[in-house]
Amino acid sequence: MSSKVAAPGLLDRAIIGRAAIDALIKLDPRRLARNPVIFVTEAVSAVVTLLFIRDLIANDGSALFSGQIAAWLWFTVLFANFAEAVAEGRGKAQADALRRTRTDTKAKRTKGGSRDYDIVSALELKLGDVVLVEAGDLIPGDGEVVEGVASVNESAITGESAPVIREAGGDRSAVTGGTTVLSDWVRVKITAAPGSTFIDRMIALVEGAERQKTPNELALSILLSGLTIIFLIVCTTLWPLANYSGTVLSLTVLIALLVCLIPTTIGGLLSAIGIAGMDRLIRFNVIATSGRAVEAAGDVDTLLLDKTGTITFGNRMADELIPVGGVGEHELAEAVLLASLADETPEGRSIVALAKSRYGLAAPAPGADARVVPFSAHSRISGLDLPGRSLRKGAVDAILAQTQSIVDRADIGGAGANGAIAEILQRAAVSPIRAPEDFTRAVERISRAGGTPLAVSENGRLLGVVHLKDIIKPDIKARFAELRAMGIKTVMVTGDNPVTAAAIASEAGVDDFIAQATPEDKLTYIRKEQQGGRLIAMCGDGTNDAPALAQADVGVAMQTGTQAAREAGNMVDLDSDPTKLIEIVAIGKQLLMTRGSLTTFSIANDVAKYFAIIPALFVVTYPELGALNVMKLVSPQSAILSAVIFNALIIIALIPLALKGVAYRPIGAAALLRRNLLIYGLGGVIIPFVGIKLIDMIVSILHLA
Amino acid sequence: MNAIGLAQIAVVLATVVFAAVPLSAFIARVLAGERNVLTPVLLPVERVFYKLSGVDPAREQSWLVYTSAMLAFSVVGFASLYALQRLQNVLPLDPQGFDPVPADLAFNTSISFITNTNWQNYSGETTMSHLVQMLGLTVHNFLSAATGLAMAFALVRGFARAESPTVGNFWVDLTRGTLYVLLPLSIVVALALVALGVPQTLSGSVEATTLEGAKQVISIGPVASQEAIKELGTNGGGFFNANSAHPFESPNAISNLLEIWALLVIPFALAFAFGRAVLDFRQGRAIAIAMLIVLVCGVLIAYWAEAAGNPLLTSIGVDPSPGNMEGKEVRFGVATSALFAAATTGTSTGAVNSMHDSFMPIGGLVPLFNMLMGSIAPGGVGAGLYGFLVLAVVAVFVAGLMVGRTPEYLGKKIEAREMKLAMLAVLIYPLCVLGFSAASALLPGALASLNNAGPHGLSEIVYAFASTTDNNGSAFAGLSGNTPWYNTTLGIAMTLGRFAYVIPVLAMAGSFAAKKKAPASRGTFPTHGPLFIGLLLGVIVVLYLLQYFPALALGPVVEHLLLAAGKTF
Repeated sequence: MSSKVAAPGLLDRAIIGRAAIDALIKLDPRRLARNPVIFVTEAVSAVVTLLFIRDLIANDGSALFSGQIAAWLWFTVLFANFAEAVAEGRGKAQADALRRTRTDTKAKRTKGGSRDYDIVSALELKLGDVVLVEAGDLIPGDGEVVEGVASVNESAITGESAPVIREAGGDRSAVTGGTTVLSDWVRVKITAAPGSTFIDRMIALVEGAERQKTPNELALSILLSGLTIIFLIVCTTLWPLANYSGTVLSLTVLIALLVCLIPTTIGGLLSAIGIAGMDRLIRFNVIATSGRAVEAAGDVDTLLLDKTGTITFGNRMADELIPVGGVGEHELAEAVLLASLADETPEGRSIVALAKSRYGLAAPAPGADARVVPFSAHSRISGLDLPGRSLRKGAVDAILAQTQSIVDRADIGGAGANGAIAEILQRAAVSPIRAPEDFTRAVERISRAGGTPLAVSENGRLLGVVHLKDIIKPDIKARFAELRAMGIKTVMVTGDNPVTAAAIASEAGVDDFIAQATPEDKLTYIRKEQQGGRLIAMCGDGTNDAPALAQADVGVAMQTGTQAAREAGNMVDLDSDPTKLIEIVAIGKQLLMTRGSLTTFSIANDVAKYFAIIPALFVVTYPELGALNVMKLVSPQSAILSAVIFNALIIIALIPLALKGVAYRPIGAAALLRRNLLIYGLGGVIIPFVGIKLIDMIVSILHLA
Repeated sequence: MNAIGLAQIAVVLATVVFAAVPLSAFIARVLAGERNVLTPVLLPVERVFYKLSGVDPAREQSWLVYTSAMLAFSVVGFASLYALQRLQNVLPLDPQGFDPVPADLAFNTSISFITNTNWQNYSGETTMSHLVQMLGLTVHNFLSAATGLAMAFALVRGFARAESPTVGNFWVDLTRGTLYVLLPLSIVVALALVALGVPQTLSGSVEATTLEGAKQVISIGPVASQEAIKELGTNGGGFFNANSAHPFESPNAISNLLEIWALLVIPFALAFAFGRAVLDFRQGRAIAIAMLIVLVCGVLIAYWAEAAGNPLLTSIGVDPSPGNMEGKEVRFGVATSALFAAATTGTSTGAVNSMHDSFMPIGGLVPLFNMLMGSIAPGGVGAGLYGFLVLAVVAVFVAGLMVGRTPEYLGKKIEAREMKLAMLAVLIYPLCVLGFSAASALLPGALASLNNAGPHGLSEIVYAFASTTDNNGSAFAGLSGNTPWYNTTLGIAMTLGRFAYVIPVLAMAGSFAAKKKAPASRGTFPTHGPLFIGLLLGVIVVLYLLQYFPALALGPVVEHLLLAAGKTF
């Protein structure tokens, strides 16, 4: 996990200062109308303020009480606004950093196919314009490389300073405005109009300007509005019921009761939770185009993971040396080490690494008499010629062709065990040769396990076989087990044949695999799963991944991918790390859990508030109701005031949790629910009893009521 | 409390569950329209009904058409019942020569019976002719229960089906519910009651000469048949004003237990049938267990409160061992009176075998709170199940988020639309109960109907609106409800409590039926285990406590505290 965009601290001083001002600006009722719970709180705060003014004028001694209630009600609203402002503030700080890269860039707009150009402002570029970008230039807008190759510094977006290669054609053709060409030149066709470039969208997203309520947020808002209406009914009807019982309730205490009962805690924190969820993704270098996508990530049932790069390392690596024909293992190791010295391919380097680590060999520097045979894609062989020794290592058929071993056809024609060799030879159009029987067996075994065999020879004699295989990332199996515990099915997508795919799938512990996968296969698989009611997440980078990315519920496009892929997905991973899909799911779950937990907490809080307020309201008429005053609060007024203060302060107290999110643990839904119910449900019932009691003690010590 | 009392309670509840499980298998088959034991006998009868009414039983309805059919049926039922009462003097079978029922009372009574409430602002034996009792009231005892059954069937189908545009056919559900479920059970129970001594005759009354030589007119009539459906259909409207406390409605301890059994058995069977319909018996079992726990808690609290007796009487030397016997029948005793009270309010029956008004404050709080919860444990026929499922949806929504997924119940995602519908339904109760209670508490004319002052009077008002809103119909006695104000407002409360609640529920059925069914995984929390049952109970207690805490505090709770201090009302 890396966090490259500088993450402002949870309680950064600058952000808090800005948020405090924003909290005041957000008092505008037109803005608050989006949040019914806090809107109601603001409306009744205004009413209590009027009552306070009336009490001041009447000067009957009740102004101290109504004034304090009014103040704390306003604090409740302000704290809720503040929570939202802090969450937004963190995004704004990042947006400012991004905006700095979007200064008015000059562009070299070319005419026709020539290399002549006019210098124009980047803002004047239109879709389809072709610009020339040379070393040292900022790329003026999002586009596709139509000609040339260049190394590009994309750190403005990704925070990663290592340059990446961008070239015409293929899956590395997309460039992003605001990034810098370091070397060479490219001609770029502009694919996004100014104002709607990737950076523009990113700024809008982190600032929350495009924020709309997500489906689940909407559903939760409905629940909270429903509860608010219920408590409005409860408090409105309480006045006549109290009147019947001989108590005339003041509007101030009824409003205090109302604000304590309506779910102000979750109402105040709800949008902060949503913004913080997006923010967590952004700090994780993933940009989601909508909050909906983050939510969907929490619901994902099936993950489609590309084998290469996600489950296995990008390249096949040497895993085992199998000597043949009586050769010692150590002798083979030494020979293959020498033969691979000049092989700079990842496979070659992995052989050297294996020889060093497993056989304790040191790589000798070839002497002056040594002649290096470098690996070439044509010969598929590398080697080293020493005086009297000709060491070779390479593809089985290529080595066999070299060894000039003579074979009789019947030996192989029997198919069965020799099928693989026969196939290799046929493909290579090499005449059949005789190989030692144990060599044949080793090659056969490796092929069947999905690996790639390499042959090693010395002076034309076969020494043994190197087993190159897909090395599964060391921690990936545990992570799949974790996903399974979350209830998520993992599906490996690979171009390998079914035999190889099955072998890797079982080793990595995925639940299913798609072998010899074409982009259409992925799409079909996604549709099939969705038909069964499941939500699918996948990542991809190629243009041919675009339909599947668009079809998936969560489609994560790699930043290095093509423009088409980036448009099709609903998230872009700036680090282009496909394993992140797993963390994205966890972030989505965390978002939903935080919402649920704080809702539960908010509602559970009400029980204690009733025990504080109801006896206080009726103690004059029915002193016997004092039995319900289980907290033994000092006076009716201090009881009501303490409940209101608790109700306001709890919002501030929970801001860090809302921003950080409730920790997600992959322990299965039932265990998770039990745990959270205990903490936020039962805790939500108990904590306010303690909190209100403490506040009441302070209030009475200070003689505030 | 004593062992015999507890044993009586345990035996009745065990018999209910014992009968409900097999009955649920039968009901599930009826719901699905599959062949069952009664098909050979009843299929021809069923076909006649469809032929006569021109209904194509194979043609299913969308939720909107289903709801419209239900509403149309209810309107016709209301109009005909109203007409019957207003014209009873010119219609036959009026041996006692009763006058037409007054307009406001007829309005109230008609609403009351089509909504399965059976709130009675009148004494049946001295107000309604036999024709009204049989053709009007008893018929609606069947039809209103069958309507409830149909609505529950629709919601269950919503959960059981995937991507279906329809939720069933109202006319078919109504017909099958009546023919296959209610009628056969009623015949059995009615015969059992006759055997136990309940009268069943068409003559109006008998004259008796008392020991003093005075003449006494004793009302009788077709009691056993009405009694059976009164309990089985969770209706509660008695033939006599004294309801199941009357010796002709329930002559002895056995008939008392049989009646309790009858009013509980179908609602519990429906919960189990729900599980069978969604192809996971455990789901229904969890609902049934949650219902049972709420019911048992209520019974035990009421029994404890009543068995302790009245401390004021004890202090002046009255033996507290029989418990608080005020308003109770000696042949039933405290234990089964407490059980009856909790069961009749836990279902939406509202029949009584003792006067809840005379219970101790905490004993009276149990039936009151049962009704404030909407009579959902186990609830009325059909109404209990859909009421409980609405709460399950709300509970799953809040708790489901806590496992990090957008919530789903039985594979159905709960989204903004379902939440909106659930909240619309849930809102109706506090709006009616608290709104009308508050209005009544303000109006001097409405307060004049109270028998008692202080917190007990408040309990009487809240009880009346709780009882009508949730279509229970039991009375706290102290309130004289036969006034234009109460006849009208209680009538409105019954209408809203039934229809304003069920329309969103049916819309929810349509919405769920149209959704895909997501398969369960380890990421979805199980809704069949103890954790879910606990969650449901927690949500129910907190949700309703929060709504009614102030009203209860000013009513039974403070009355209880005052009683301890020696004050009564």
